[in-house]
Amino acid sequence: MAINRRDFLKASSGGALLLASGATVAEAEAKELSPDAVGILYDATLCIGCKSCMVNCKRVNTLEKGGALYKPGRDIPYNYKGDFPIWDEVTELSDTALSIIKAYKEGTGLNRNEVENGFSFVKNHCMHCIDPACASVCPVEALYKEPASGAVIYYRDRCIGCRYCQIACPFGIPKFEWGSNDPLIVKCQLCHHRFPEGGYSACCEFCPSGASIFGPVKELREEAKRRLSLTYGKYYDFPVQTVGSERKLAKQASRYIDRIYGMTEAGGTQYLLLAGVPFDMLGFNPQISDQEYPELTWDYIQKVPALIVGLLLAGAASYYATRNRDGEDKEK
Amino acid sequence: MNSAQENRFWTPNTILLLFAILVGGGVALYRLFYGLGAATNLNDTYPWGLWLAFDVLGGVAMAAGGFIIAAAIYLFNWRKYRPIGRPAILTAFLGYLMAVIALFLDIGHPFRLWHPIAMWQIHSIMWVVAIHVVLYTTTLAIESSPMLFERFNKTRALTALSKIMVGVVAFGVMLSTLHQSSLGAVFLIAPARMSPLWFSEFLPYMFLISAIAMGLAMVGTEAMLSERFFGHRVDIEIYRGLARGMLITLAILLVAKIFFLIRSGVGSAFNGSLPGNMYLLEIALGIILPLLLLTNRRFRTEPRAILGVNILVITGVLLNRLNVCLFAMQGYSTAQGAGYFPSLMEFLLTLGIIAFGIFLYKMAALYLPLFAKPIEPSGR
Ligand code: SF4
Ligand code: SF4
Ligand code: SF4
Repeated sequence: MAINRRDFLKASSGGALLLASGATVAEAEAKELSPDAVGILYDATLCIGCKSCMVNCKRVNTLEKGGALYKPGRDIPYNYKGDFPIWDEVTELSDTALSIIKAYKEGTGLNRNEVENGFSFVKNHCMHCIDPACASVCPVEALYKEPASGAVIYYRDRCIGCRYCQIACPFGIPKFEWGSNDPLIVKCQLCHHRFPEGGYSACCEFCPSGASIFGPVKELREEAKRRLSLTYGKYYDFPVQTVGSERKLAKQASRYIDRIYGMTEAGGTQYLLLAGVPFDMLGFNPQISDQEYPELTWDYIQKVPALIVGLLLAGAASYYATRNRDGEDKEK
Repeated sequence: MNSAQENRFWTPNTILLLFAILVGGGVALYRLFYGLGAATNLNDTYPWGLWLAFDVLGGVAMAAGGFIIAAAIYLFNWRKYRPIGRPAILTAFLGYLMAVIALFLDIGHPFRLWHPIAMWQIHSIMWVVAIHVVLYTTTLAIESSPMLFERFNKTRALTALSKIMVGVVAFGVMLSTLHQSSLGAVFLIAPARMSPLWFSEFLPYMFLISAIAMGLAMVGTEAMLSERFFGHRVDIEIYRGLARGMLITLAILLVAKIFFLIRSGVGSAFNGSLPGNMYLLEIALGIILPLLLLTNRRFRTEPRAILGVNILVITGVLLNRLNVCLFAMQGYSTAQGAGYFPSLMEFLLTLGIIAFGIFLYKMAALYLPLFAKPIEPSGR
């Protein structure tokens, strides 16, 4: 009988943890992408590095209504107050930055999307893994994958601040509010707080170039595949804001690296990337494999019930077998 | 028959311990009022530091002696180990207590420490570990309680306890075995950031084996110290038995280590990198050297010589925990441009917690029948 992880959870939460012995728990099945899953496609070859996404990401997430950065009494400015408002200049994702645009530059840095003497932008934020390591390790389910949209979201009142999610995330996404004594884990939550009112990810809504587009993951995958098949140098239409958008920009196709980052990485993610420069060079850890990371710990956990029973039996057996051993030194 | 009469409370050592506890307490308060960022040097690429690696992982490993001896006495009925049963179980309890204190201060929301009990998430090793800690600390408290009952002459409670003791011990041994390995399993999720020198799918079992080595060494060391400071004679056969156990455990550990080293490529240990050097240090100091010494007869039979071996093994396993939790991630974290060295406060709190453990142990040795034989299970 195959029991996947969710069924196992149901069976055991009724106190049957001991009964659902390891023997009945077969290999966990690979997590499926939800049919309603939404995500983001980022095309580095289209990105102009304007950082509009970063600013608007901050703006909508510092709003009171469920913003990932919002906290009563905390002021995280997306532009600093003063006579002339200026944007902050983060260099890494942090407890005040859910997303970041970084630049790759080599040599003269003149050639767009080229490795040598070239440059490229890259946008980092949560990948919204199909089987998120962060949510699987969280001991209190403070990180949680919404079953329908697939957004990986955070319940701040549950979090105990153990920071296991930081260790577990292969992409190094969750950040901790070190400076606070009421700390939060801070990460992109796909702007899920905007979904109920028909909104979507701010980084896509305010992207002027069509580099970041929002939409159903299935359609994003199709769009990404389409782009890989385009002929270099020819003009094509690229949707702006969302994958099904009416607004399109006609642009010359670039030379792509033949890889859709996020198709298989870490078991697949809902954030997909295309680029003209290899992803290792754009800062993605080459040690990340296609492994669904939660399987690694699950393999162990599903042995636990059997181990509990086995060890108790072994202990009892040993006790009764050796009970009548007397004398002080008959051992061995 | 208690040695309390000859030992005084106020000795220079006690004063030193109390001072360290006081300083540690100050750091704890500072951390509670001003937060982790203020008290520690932790950062987003080194979210876990000294407190977790040393106090929590190390503290729990140090507690392994408790379940080994409890199993030997109650489950295998090797009665010769009874005289060291109480100290070993008490150390285990103190080890866990230290780990819990450190964990309380290390998590971002100390006063939500209870959340895992109410909010289940069985996919999380951390949850499994948390539940283990709760259950096992309780079990250890029960296992240690006969001392208190004896001290205050609660005969009824003692008889009741002796009836369930074997069950409690079996439960405790099961919990502890699982807990030691689960702590290793915590790191199974991080192959993308750990050096293959330590990462393997057998991490849980490596943790278990090294914890057993550590447990044997701890028990031996304690027996030695109690002999020295509390004038309590320990049967030489006990030392020999422990040394033999150690020899076997270390041999298994070495074979496993070599197997994983070859699998991950021998070069990674000898490339002069920090993780490589730490790995070599761990193996040389904590496994190979003690093994070599143990093959010499003197080191299996002479208490003083055994003490040297024990200290090496303890150091080796503590190094291993630091390595798994910190140095194994050095390559990844450096690539992220981050570094970590514990802050003064992190060191002071660690010292304070250790001092607290030693202090409680000393108090138990002074005022409780710590070195009496543990109660007999009534089945006999
Ligand atoms: S990228 Fe990291 S934080 Fe985002 S869902 Fe995946 S594991 Fe979680
Ligand atoms: S820090 Fe919070 S969100 Fe992250 S694993 Fe721990 S409890 Fe979960
Ligand atoms: S989806 Fe929302 S939170 Fe995430 S990076 Fe885009 S704007 Fe920021």
